[in-house]
Amino acid sequence: MNIHEYQGKSILKSYGVVVPNGKAAFSVEEAVAAAKELGTKVCVVKAQIHAGGRGKAGGVKVAKSIEEVKAYATEILGKTLVTHQTGPAGKVVNRLLIEEGCDIKKEYYLSFVIDRNTARVVMMGSEEGGMDIEAVADTMPEKIIKEYIDPLVGLASFQAKRMAFKMNFAPTVIGQVEKLMGALYRAFMAKDCSLAEINPLVVTNDDKVIALDAKLNFDDSALYRHPDVAELRDESEEDPKEHDAAKEGFSYVTLDGNVACMVNGAGLAMATVDIIKHYGGEPANFLDVGGDSSVEKIAKAFKIMLSDDQVKGIFVNIFGGINKCDVIAGGVVEAAKLVGLTVPVVVRLEGTNVKEGREILRKADVPEVILAESMEKGAQKIIELVAKQNAKLIG
Amino acid sequence: MGIYVDKNTKVVVQGVTGKTALFHTKQMRDYGTNVVAGVTPGKGGQVVDGIPVYNTLQEAVDTTGATASVIYVPAKFAADAILEAVDAELDLVVCITEHIPVLDMVKVRRYMEGKKTRLIGPNCPGILTSDECKIGIIPGYIHKKGHVGVISRSGTLTYEAVYQLTTSGIGQTTAIGIGGDPIKGTDFIDALEAFNQDPDTEAVMLIGEIGGTAEEEAAEWIHKNMKKPVVGFISGRQAPPGKRMGHAGAIISGGKGTAADKIKALNAAGIQVADTVAHMGETMIKVLKENGIYDKCKTC
Repeated sequence: MNIHEYQGKSILKSYGVVVPNGKAAFSVEEAVAAAKELGTKVCVVKAQIHAGGRGKAGGVKVAKSIEEVKAYATEILGKTLVTHQTGPAGKVVNRLLIEEGCDIKKEYYLSFVIDRNTARVVMMGSEEGGMDIEAVADTMPEKIIKEYIDPLVGLASFQAKRMAFKMNFAPTVIGQVEKLMGALYRAFMAKDCSLAEINPLVVTNDDKVIALDAKLNFDDSALYRHPDVAELRDESEEDPKEHDAAKEGFSYVTLDGNVACMVNGAGLAMATVDIIKHYGGEPANFLDVGGDSSVEKIAKAFKIMLSDDQVKGIFVNIFGGINKCDVIAGGVVEAAKLVGLTVPVVVRLEGTNVKEGREILRKADVPEVILAESMEKGAQKIIELVAKQNAKLIG
Repeated sequence: MGIYVDKNTKVVVQGVTGKTALFHTKQMRDYGTNVVAGVTPGKGGQVVDGIPVYNTLQEAVDTTGATASVIYVPAKFAADAILEAVDAELDLVVCITEHIPVLDMVKVRRYMEGKKTRLIGPNCPGILTSDECKIGIIPGYIHKKGHVGVISRSGTLTYEAVYQLTTSGIGQTTAIGIGGDPIKGTDFIDALEAFNQDPDTEAVMLIGEIGGTAEEEAAEWIHKNMKKPVVGFISGRQAPPGKRMGHAGAIISGGKGTAADKIKALNAAGIQVADTVAHMGETMIKVLKENGIYDKCKTC
């Protein structure tokens, strides 16, 4: 789960990370009030969306007066920001962070992530702050410093110091940097983060070390023990179909094609999206309905897929392991009747009780539901049917 | 033969009294697995379907001589169940449970350092050595005894691969689902190493997916060490970056972990990769023929 910058800063502050004073604003009036309350000469008006690259897209402005705060807030609120992380559709700004400005001497990068290979939390830092860290990793990998942390010991003081010196912080601020690293690590562990990133971490002209930006991502599997974090979810940042699917216990990812896919198992669901593309189709989604195969669940999955206007056909790809094909076939037929299908559905069944499952589909009186002989033929069939539908629409 | 489990493996089921656990425990036993005990704290002394239940794993192991465990307990308690199995010095623990917090697994992996126990999973379907032992939720009937090993990060793709092999007359030694989580016990290289040493295994099917770099490292390891042909498949070619595709570990982040990179690495190591999920079996047959071991591997 992702949260907004202002929410992340509030969490980090409670663990002792130094962040600029600031306040969230949902309207121009609130923005102006926040700026007045801060009372600083310079204010930064920052768009709050779940994506990086806001500055370049015009979502971060430095205001030198209350009038400017008002003007920038009016400009940014409601605006659609398109950054390299939002996709071409962009994201609408509904919230702002009004923050005190600071004089930056130098920008750094600092983050904590979980490293798969070592099964350790790793602290990463670079003196190339403010930049896209992936670009730094590609062009100047030697500029990225890492410290792997033993979970039984935690971030050791010597590691923080070693990192700070390697990142070329001035000796006068090493103490502050070490303290900030420790605080960030404690927040990461306490809140089950999957990412805690400060980019940039800055040293100001008066030698203060401040987290100027904050990005926290959380492990969805651990949210049950952090109700305070779960509450910060901003549903307007999420795809409504992905949100509905998650409520049903499905994994769903929207893609931009017209062939919907319903599959059991994440690996097979990914491979199904791939095979549709392989035969020249355009997948509309990734959908893993998991092991359960009740009529209600399949009907709900159909509804979610059909709520996408672009969808012109559905490919159901099931391997019956413990789930039996006859049960799934019955579910598909019942769900199809319940939902009232408007597009063709090609069903590929394989595995346990496949004969019985195919028989149920054959006998069912649902003209939209077509049985495929194999996965390959099923993928080709649905692509062909969708192409026909498109031709009809154009004709 | 096969790897990690065989007819001598004595299994204890952690969380045995749960509905799903009990269903799969029966399925395991029907396949021929020697299930010797179950553990559910507070239910010690009960007998479920002829299986004695103990309050603690230690007690179950001391009494029955169990060598392996399978974990069906909810995610909140699963990391602790793994620790208990490692502490009891079992040879093997298979964790089926999905959605264990990642930082719990970081601690588990640290605790396991220097200990004898092998962990398979979490978030995996388990392991099956044909006609000998099945631990987990893999459907047993699709397997046929033979000479191909299967390793996969995905449950359903394990079944797909086994099914395609069986229906084309190619039997398997052991099929192992290593799980879809980013931090896990057994990775590709561990299982490849075991298959490399198994005298019955002639070739290996390796099924990877987006996220992390385990396939790239496996490719390098295979190139340097593997004496047997390996066939690959990678799912997630069309996965958009930054999106988690069902598995906690299946995510392209920071431009790393793409299917294209993995396929490239496998190809560079001389490994043929099936074009689509429907062609895993076919590709294996082609490679077996090219290596002159098709007749040996043809089991029916």
